[in-house]
Amino acid sequence: MSVCATAEIEDIIDRYPGRPEYLIFLLQDIQSSFGYISQESMRRVCDRTGVPLTRAYSVATFYQSFRLDPKGEHEIKVCLGTACHLKGGQRLVEDLERRLGVAAGETSGDMRFTLDTVNCLGACAISPVVVMDEEYYPNMTARKLEKQLKALNAADAAQAKEAGNA
Amino acid sequence: MRKESAAPAMAPFRLNAPGDLETLRNKIIESRDPNRPEIVVCHGNGCLASGAPKVAEAFKAALAETGINAKLMPGVKTTGCQGLCSKGPLVQIRPQGYFYERVQPKDALEIVEKSVMAGEPVERLMHKDPETGKPLYTEEEIPFYSLQERLVLRRIGKIDPTDISDAIAEGAYAGLAKALHSMTPEEVVREVEKSGLRGRGGAGFPTGRKWRSALSAIEKKGRPVYVVVNGDEGDPGAFMDGAIMEGDPHSVLEGLILGAYALGAEQGYLYVRAEYPVAIRHLEMAMAQAREYGLLGENILGTGFKFDARINRGAGAFVCGESTALFTSIEGKPGNPRPKYVRSVEEGLWGRPTVLNNVETWANIPLVLGRGGQWYASLGVPHSTGTKVFCLVGKVDNVGLVEVPMGTPMDRIVTDIGGGVSGGKPFKAVQTGGPSGGCLPYSLKDTPVDFDSLTKAGSMMGSGAMIVMDEHDCVVDLGRYFLKFLEEESCGKCLPCRLGLTRMREILDGFSRGEGSEADIADLTSLAEALKDGALCALGGSAPNPVLTTIRYFRDEYLAHVSDHKCPAGVCKHLIVYAIDPEKCTGCGACAKNCPVECVTGEKKEPHVIDAAACLRCGICKETCKFDAIFIE
Repeated sequence: MSVCATAEIEDIIDRYPGRPEYLIFLLQDIQSSFGYISQESMRRVCDRTGVPLTRAYSVATFYQSFRLDPKGEHEIKVCLGTACHLKGGQRLVEDLERRLGVAAGETSGDMRFTLDTVNCLGACAISPVVVMDEEYYPNMTARKLEKQLKALNAADAAQAKEAGNA
Repeated sequence: MRKESAAPAMAPFRLNAPGDLETLRNKIIESRDPNRPEIVVCHGNGCLASGAPKVAEAFKAALAETGINAKLMPGVKTTGCQGLCSKGPLVQIRPQGYFYERVQPKDALEIVEKSVMAGEPVERLMHKDPETGKPLYTEEEIPFYSLQERLVLRRIGKIDPTDISDAIAEGAYAGLAKALHSMTPEEVVREVEKSGLRGRGGAGFPTGRKWRSALSAIEKKGRPVYVVVNGDEGDPGAFMDGAIMEGDPHSVLEGLILGAYALGAEQGYLYVRAEYPVAIRHLEMAMAQAREYGLLGENILGTGFKFDARINRGAGAFVCGESTALFTSIEGKPGNPRPKYVRSVEEGLWGRPTVLNNVETWANIPLVLGRGGQWYASLGVPHSTGTKVFCLVGKVDNVGLVEVPMGTPMDRIVTDIGGGVSGGKPFKAVQTGGPSGGCLPYSLKDTPVDFDSLTKAGSMMGSGAMIVMDEHDCVVDLGRYFLKFLEEESCGKCLPCRLGLTRMREILDGFSRGEGSEADIADLTSLAEALKDGALCALGGSAPNPVLTTIRYFRDEYLAHVSDHKCPAGVCKHLIVYAIDPEKCTGCGACAKNCPVECVTGEKKEPHVIDAAACLRCGICKETCKFDAIFIE
């Protein structure tokens, strides 16, 4: 772990009093800064709150929003709330699984994509909804998804080329 | 000359007595010009996702372009959910009240020039009367709004939720000021008892009785006592609590402070679902502003009453909506429920007496105190008083937030307010209460929507999701969906839930493949009954409801799956076949090009065919076809 990341962990650790009730707060802040909870950061949180490592692990695996592995470069979330389900959300998940070669909840081997499902985003009026890199795509279809993925790939390729030239 | 605008530039103003609130309110209202033009852009979840922020930006640019910006303060106002989510982004122009739907950034300049500057309507962007096609100018003319009774939602969509003076101008904290000025805590509890208010989180437990039990627990155990907001709205398809927290956070806060006063609590908690970042931000801002004004913290309204609250973000666990699981989560542990031999009013958070109420319940408290329990009890029906906010979603024209008096017939909500199923056909069923609720068929369309009538019909109020299904929705598939959801969310502590849900889902999986028999339907029913009796908490105990009600009302559809191996709705993948109508197919080849497994073949300009053996049933061909030539057999 880099010096910089360690400093950031320490910064988060200092935000809350060192009591067990702040375990979830700390894990949430680490998750939102790093996208996942590394072993080192979990150990530090345990030192701080006095919670045994086993208990922190139990908390981190109980709640869906925590990840123990790094996320891919792009995060695609498909809403599977009831309205989205009725309007074909599950078909979109299957379509993405096929295209990206990963199962829902997984990250592709090249670390480019993480595919996730969410239970309900409360945007039922525009179902089915897909969120790509925090941007909402309303009334999604398999074809629109394909276009969006192509656009994402093209943007990444252009960026890589630019980086190569620089 | 126009007076200076009050908000949000007004300096923090600490209220030192209950009467100061009314003085401040009058001051804010006086400082505002009721004829000031204002562009109100909905920033509810649906509108945000359909591009409302870009619309608001376009209005700001249009105001700058036309040069009238200087005269307009604050010009463009953003609010919480205005309700008609499926027609977003929504924009209203004041003072005329013109209501525009599906507004795009390119429309901003026209609206500013015509409506804001000249006061004229832009009819093409208005909601149309479903029968005559005539444009409807204002909310009052649109049936979706005029048939509702918006009390809990009264300020949402009108106020800027990040500005406390806007909320105060519309009456926020008046109930609190009244209670602190002229009522004892005991009188507050009595008023809530008199109102007949029942918990809006699902079970419908009388709120007054809950508070009374907490008082008896306090007598035995002493204080501290805690008050907690359950904002862990997890029902898929329900977003009313999120909309309330986002659109009018002060209503929740005021209710909580009133509860704290009634019970003598000094500390409160708001447990909010992590998927609602805007709600969390708006609540945080509301709390900070309330502290500045002396409405929260030490010496509230100068009366010596002291109370503060903090927010706990959920971390993604549906079971944490269950009271005891929610408490263990606040304590920093995995959210496992515990048996309720001892109720949580006696032994809740940190083992202390605790009153936990749902967001909407807390938001009702200021109404009860402000206008009296007697008045509140006159709304709705005798054992379900007041109003209820519903999320009307699924195959209905007007998807959105709806508030009606308890006891309103289901069909009035779905058809008159919701505009019915697109295409004018009757709906097939309505699922109320989310994964714990039930599925009611069209024949029960006149069922009054209140706690007891829904329970009698085999469903439940739940949190208030109302999912409308049409003939293309399969009840077996819906049952599988809810079971799969609950199976993943089950904490696994008790066996009936951990294994029972899995087994139920497996049986339904079989049905969806056309496997099984009538005897399996009987087995499924008996397993469901066992789960109801044996599960530790409400998650498992209510989980069988969708399956039991669909077996009760849609038995033929189950039989079609197991006996005829057919899915009448055309949903269950293993029982359907995609085919091409040679009459309609033009041979354009679009479906063949898009098929992921290349199972569509044919000569150019000749009708194509689908190889059913290779077909994945992904539906992309049907979605692609412009000639409606692909159908499900």
